[in-house]
Amino acid sequence: MTSISTDLATLLPELIVAGGALALLLFGAMRGEKGIALVSVLAVVALVAAAWFVVSPISPQSHAFGQAFVVDDFARFAKLLILLGSVLTLLMAQDFLESLGLAKFEFPVLVLLATTGMMLMVSASSFIALYMGLELQSLALYVLAAFNRDSVRSSEAGLKYFVLGALSSGMMLYGISLIYGFTGTTDFAAVAHVVAQSGAGVGLIFGIVFLISGLAFKISAVPFHMWTPDVYEGAPTPITAFLSMSPKVAALILFLRAMLVAFPAAIHQWQQIVIAISVLSMALGAVAAIGQTNIKRLMAYSSIGHMGYALLGLAAGTAAGVQGVLIYLLIYVITNAGVFVCILAMRRDGEQVENISDLAGLARTQPRLAFAFAALMLSLAGLPPLAGFFAKFYVFMAAIEAHLYALAIIGVLASVVGAYYYLRIVKIIYFDDPAPALEGDMGTRLGTILAASGLFAVFFVVGAAPLVGAAATAAKALLP
Amino acid sequence: MGVDGISVLFIVLTAGLMPFCILASWKSIETRVPEYMIAFLALETLMIGVFCALDLVLFYVFFEGGLIPMFLIIGVWGGKRRVYASFKFFLYTLLGSVLMLLAILWMYLYAGTTDIETLLAHPHFPVAMQSFLWFAFFASFAVKMPMWPVHTWLPDAHVEAPTAGSVILAGILLKMGGYGFLRFSLPMFASASASFTPFIFVLSIMAIIYTSFVALAQEDVKKLIAYSSVAHMGFVTMGIFTLTHQGVEGGIYQMLSHGVVSGALFLCVGVIYDRMHTREIAAYGGLVERMPIYAACFMVFTLANVGLPGTGGFVGEFLTMLGAFLVNTWVAIFAASGVILSAAYMLYMYGRIIFGKLVKPGLMAIQDLSAREIAILVPLVVATLVMGVYPNFVFKVTSASVQHLIEQNKVALALDHAPRLASEAAP
Repeated sequence: MTSISTDLATLLPELIVAGGALALLLFGAMRGEKGIALVSVLAVVALVAAAWFVVSPISPQSHAFGQAFVVDDFARFAKLLILLGSVLTLLMAQDFLESLGLAKFEFPVLVLLATTGMMLMVSASSFIALYMGLELQSLALYVLAAFNRDSVRSSEAGLKYFVLGALSSGMMLYGISLIYGFTGTTDFAAVAHVVAQSGAGVGLIFGIVFLISGLAFKISAVPFHMWTPDVYEGAPTPITAFLSMSPKVAALILFLRAMLVAFPAAIHQWQQIVIAISVLSMALGAVAAIGQTNIKRLMAYSSIGHMGYALLGLAAGTAAGVQGVLIYLLIYVITNAGVFVCILAMRRDGEQVENISDLAGLARTQPRLAFAFAALMLSLAGLPPLAGFFAKFYVFMAAIEAHLYALAIIGVLASVVGAYYYLRIVKIIYFDDPAPALEGDMGTRLGTILAASGLFAVFFVVGAAPLVGAAATAAKALLP
Repeated sequence: MGVDGISVLFIVLTAGLMPFCILASWKSIETRVPEYMIAFLALETLMIGVFCALDLVLFYVFFEGGLIPMFLIIGVWGGKRRVYASFKFFLYTLLGSVLMLLAILWMYLYAGTTDIETLLAHPHFPVAMQSFLWFAFFASFAVKMPMWPVHTWLPDAHVEAPTAGSVILAGILLKMGGYGFLRFSLPMFASASASFTPFIFVLSIMAIIYTSFVALAQEDVKKLIAYSSVAHMGFVTMGIFTLTHQGVEGGIYQMLSHGVVSGALFLCVGVIYDRMHTREIAAYGGLVERMPIYAACFMVFTLANVGLPGTGGFVGEFLTMLGAFLVNTWVAIFAASGVILSAAYMLYMYGRIIFGKLVKPGLMAIQDLSAREIAILVPLVVATLVMGVYPNFVFKVTSASVQHLIEQNKVALALDHAPRLASEAAP
């Protein structure tokens, strides 16, 4: 029997972020307009402090509040990624929001709240905890998507995200209630025990299907992807960046834990569904992005495709698969951050521009920005020796190890099709005649993020071993 | 990383051709020169990496990584249809390569290592698995070589690439495919190679004869040389898959000499292209009157491409055909007809450009080779002739490795058949 204080100590990182959000809300309300910059800085401090305590926990416990939350290497890896995504978002957003007159102290607060929700999601070890974390992040994200409230597109994005998100949450809750009804428990381990004892009946499978539908919505996997392009396009760019990083990590990690811990005995049932949505996501992501003219919509389809590849690792259902997903997410988050910095730097005459054709001839007007952009695009396309290749490498390896040969072949073929639209951007940047020059002056903060991201993409090949090792340790924590 | 008798000469070829490429670009590349040089040096690094790699994944990384700089070289500094050509080149090659990636992963999971030496020492893949692996590797190398019928990217890429890009493409990138067959397909998938040899022979013969006819009809000099490259690569695959000492040596020799000769031919085209800015054969004629040195150099390379004795091209073609003759007479007969065809299209082209009356007004004032161009072409002339009269300096290096390769293949074949024989003998 543990006391409440050790439970709380186990969840200290989450408490720091949540407490930080509340304190900053008060602080911001008292200081008004003057305190915005300080609130941003303090929010980053809170996130970094949380990351510190994720790495060196003060409590030796691995569980909190009964079995509701679990803090293992797997959760720690995911939390660090989520915190990284959130910090990058805050750093990216400041200048942009100021230039739009949107710098409000609520922004960092909402990011902190969403981060709390995501950290709870990746630690959740029961369906109730899962749902709590998920709703906390979702509600914060709905507001963030509509943050530019005077813009029709942003409001539309927020509303669309909210309506569809609420629908998916409802479906997931329905699935959870079915699972509870047929197993008599909400705890992952206990559910696994019941399923192993008495098999997966039709009712339970219905529950799993609804659960997967809800989770697939959150990671924007086909056929639950319709919201993604509109929301990505409508939301203010730093928030789009945020949506493409941390929530994807959290939902996918949750997906892995729910399937592999709660339903290992029903793998043959859910594996088929995961394979199907993985194939559809890879194919749609590759094909639909070709016709896009708006860079943010393109990134939306790109993220759909990438989630398809990441799901390959889940479909394998092995420790190698989990490791592959973790490496994939790590590379994806860092590369994506760089790409969105590039998108933020697309300004002309003080106005943000988003058309791909605005990038024409960037190599002549902004050679350094162009080089970084091209390297990141080729990395997303999965070309060696860039980081994105290794992301795909590990998930494909897991898929082949699990004898999913057809899936792997479809995956590589989709990656060839997908390479086309990434190459098209490189082509526009390098081959086309220059459009009127972009400002491209991004300030030190954005410049640092972009440089770090670009260097990561190029030099992952030489420094991969510790990261791959960390992912392997994390995967072992989930599937010993 | 490491080299053996087979790979070391390709590294020499790579490093040897690169200075000529840079020199050839001295005048013709005027925009974005630093980026151009970066791309070429990155490409050279990756190509040398391909020939040195002793790990399958590393090999793949270099093999694929080379696409990026080449894509940029064609796309940024290329001709009118450069975008189309660069995409076609890139996607074609990528499609072949990703299948090889899956095969590499499968091999890793089966054998527990991607170390090439270990895999070579114990080639123990089951026969059925070998067929799939062989095909996956074949998809990649056949596109790269390129073999008929997946050669269509090559004429486009050659025509649109800047001169130095064409040289690298013909001189080195194409050789990666042949190198891959030698290094992986033959020793690691011995049974599959043996059973698919007729298939390769048919494709090689198709390449030799069909593309020679296509070359005969070309109006564009670069396209003509591109098609002739496909035909010459047909000799290489034919020679390699005969699995005789002569054939394999001939294949390697053919790759090396073709690397020099086709590279030199593209440089020759570059010389007149820099002056006249057209690659139409019909736009030239009678150049010998104004450019005697050029005509002489061009003639050496033309004859070498035809395979005249005394030039580098002869040794390779002769040995590959000798190897083919030992294995299958018909293959050798068809291949030999390719030599006649190559004489036809090369001499026809040479005649139209160099001889005839100097009637085109634009050509009246054309200048002969500058000192820089002489410095580029003369060493290549020397190299071509030396390779023609003294091939032993190559064979001294390759002979032991080739012998080893053939023995490896025999041992692997025997191992693959051993279980079957044992099970047949058991009852």
